[in-house]
Amino acid sequence: MKEYIDLLVSDYTLQIITLGTAVLGALCGMLGSFAVLRKQSLLGDAISHASLPGIAIVFLVLGVKNNNGLLLGALCSGLVSAVFIKGIISKTHLKSDTALGIVLSTFFGFGMLLLTYIQKLPNANQSGLEKYLFGQAATLLASDVWLMSAIAGVSLLVVLLFWKEFKMVLFDADYTKTLGFHVKFIDTLITSFIVIAIVMGLQTVGVVLMSAMLLAPAAAARQWTNSLAKMVFLAGMFGAVSGVLGTAVSASANNLSTGPVIVLIATLFVVVSFVFSPIRGLLFKQIKLWKNRNDLKLMKTLLFMYNLVKDHENVSHPHKIQLLNNFQGYTKKSLKRLQAEDLILLNKSDWSLTKKGFHTAKNLYTHQ
Amino acid sequence: MTSAQLEIQMILSLVAVACAIPGVFLVLRKMALISDAISHSILPGIVLGFFITQDLASPLLILMATLTGVLTVVLVEYIQKTGLVKEDTAIGLVFPSLFSLGVILIARNAGDVHLDVDAVLLGEVAFAPFDRWTYQGIDLGPKSLWMIGSILLVSISLLFLFFKELKIATFDAGLAASLGFTPVGIHYGLMTVSSVTTVGAFDAIGAILVVAFMIVPAACVYLLTNNLKKMLIYAALLSVLASITGYWIAHFLDASIAGTIATVLGLVFFIIYLFAPNKGYISQWYKTKQQKVEVAMLVFMLHLANHDEEKERNKNHLQEHINWSPRLAKKVLKLAFQNNMIVEQHHIISLTKKGVDFTNKALSYISDNKNSELEGMKQNFFLFRG
Repeated sequence: MKEYIDLLVSDYTLQIITLGTAVLGALCGMLGSFAVLRKQSLLGDAISHASLPGIAIVFLVLGVKNNNGLLLGALCSGLVSAVFIKGIISKTHLKSDTALGIVLSTFFGFGMLLLTYIQKLPNANQSGLEKYLFGQAATLLASDVWLMSAIAGVSLLVVLLFWKEFKMVLFDADYTKTLGFHVKFIDTLITSFIVIAIVMGLQTVGVVLMSAMLLAPAAAARQWTNSLAKMVFLAGMFGAVSGVLGTAVSASANNLSTGPVIVLIATLFVVVSFVFSPIRGLLFKQIKLWKNRNDLKLMKTLLFMYNLVKDHENVSHPHKIQLLNNFQGYTKKSLKRLQAEDLILLNKSDWSLTKKGFHTAKNLYTHQ
Repeated sequence: MTSAQLEIQMILSLVAVACAIPGVFLVLRKMALISDAISHSILPGIVLGFFITQDLASPLLILMATLTGVLTVVLVEYIQKTGLVKEDTAIGLVFPSLFSLGVILIARNAGDVHLDVDAVLLGEVAFAPFDRWTYQGIDLGPKSLWMIGSILLVSISLLFLFFKELKIATFDAGLAASLGFTPVGIHYGLMTVSSVTTVGAFDAIGAILVVAFMIVPAACVYLLTNNLKKMLIYAALLSVLASITGYWIAHFLDASIAGTIATVLGLVFFIIYLFAPNKGYISQWYKTKQQKVEVAMLVFMLHLANHDEEKERNKNHLQEHINWSPRLAKKVLKLAFQNNMIVEQHHIISLTKKGVDFTNKALSYISDNKNSELEGMKQNFFLFRG
């Protein structure tokens, strides 16, 4: 750990990469929140695969590896694929999953065709196009990081400017329409920024893992809050932290590519959130289940006691604990808990219902 | 055509049919993207299997990879059941993490493993004829031909055995359950077959393009027919045709075979998407346009029925009253005249008897809004289209 910090302080490249993955994580987390809430989680997967032909075409036309040019190609191709997906869903009876699958696989196939065609061309400059498949954070340059930060800044600005509109479209598109907002425009705006985020991430985490960068921080953040603002903020934080930690882990071990490590760390955030988040978390739900089950058992014991004493004149007349013996639902602990809740009184080997206990038991079925 | 070329085409055709069969059911069950998830997340299974066997065509590797594929489905469904995230998010969380595990496993053992992530994701069928299966010195053909052939054989026999169950569980899971079939069993059976097929196909065409082979033919035929048997047959034929066409195009371009086939499939889909009768883009566009005019005509006739004043029924003032563009107004008038719904006297338009009847019928439909009358109304509308 200390070695890594020393390295981080001294190594300029590592600083750039760490900054880059952090900015990318924050950007993806922020925009991914919208994708997740719009039930468009897999749109990211489709668009990232579909950006491949754009990269290849730009390379074919320009013949050089101009990074910004390639990104622009990816962006155009991603937007075209988004239009196709929309067209298939709205004009045919095919469902969104099929539309995404078709666009994802055929665009990617076309990209493969072009890439393999390029590789046969006598051009020494072509190597490295594969890095878009799996991403190579190590190739991030300072200029890339600046571009990324600028785009992150612009997206933040747009999100803040259109916050109200985004939020309304997210939760009730029809209502937004009736209020006179241009839903189609807002829709296109969100989708475009999601595509931009995807394209920015291609170089770092690659086509295949890009969707996880978009989803995982948002899915983790969703578990901790029901407020959109908090969720977007948390998702950005989770994304940034995954980026930084992922870079750290992959830098301190041999042969670990950054993209997969970042994705695994983001997934770890998701798992932890799923299990430990209060209210929604699995652990919390399980504890609640156990508690309910215990409460039910206590009430069963109480009801058994009530049935024993209900015909007596004095309901608080003490009885022997042995009387409960043919009933399986009690333990010393449960009797003590009943006493703690003031429902029964224990006196050595005797128990007696209190007034409160009697009434609770009597109204157990009628009282909801 | 050399024998290697012939063998490659045979392998591709078998892969195409093997993928198309489960693909039809995946598309119909709205689970198309599960195939994408499976195709990515088999990577750790393949890597672990390869560590043990060092052979991409060994049964153990296929078994392990299939298990990871089924594990993906189980995980996705478990996450979905917790209700913490939506289904698509669950898919998007599971497969990248499993895929990352696979990539890291390969990277950590790069020294000992001659397995490339590219090879798994992109595949290369051109090398398939060189990995041959020999028994006591006799050449029995490429290993992958045998492997995908037996997978296809198993899935076709399963299809014939469980066709009825598959059909009913696909279209009405509730009915299937109440009739005593187990939709869950059918579901996992289908998932297992999909996983096995993906594993069998990946080294020929690559994991990502398995998705194209599974989904695109099924989506194409789904735009052409609603009959399950026809869908299966057409999908298989279409995918074989596309594979062989794609192979030769790739041969002349000297490009990736699988990529070219996916491109061909994409083009075929695009053509069908545009021109499919009844369900294609153009026919849908035409239908919408017609319906617009028909609805406009109905509105116009209701307007006529509501207004006795001549001022409201003057041909030249119609535009102001209903607020239509001149073109639409002309079209609507023409359609109404053609169907003998209206007559014109001194620029005043009034309904004919047929027009009055039709308007009343439409009104009663609008006020009742019963589906039983919808059919009759539909037929009335079809009359206009000639």
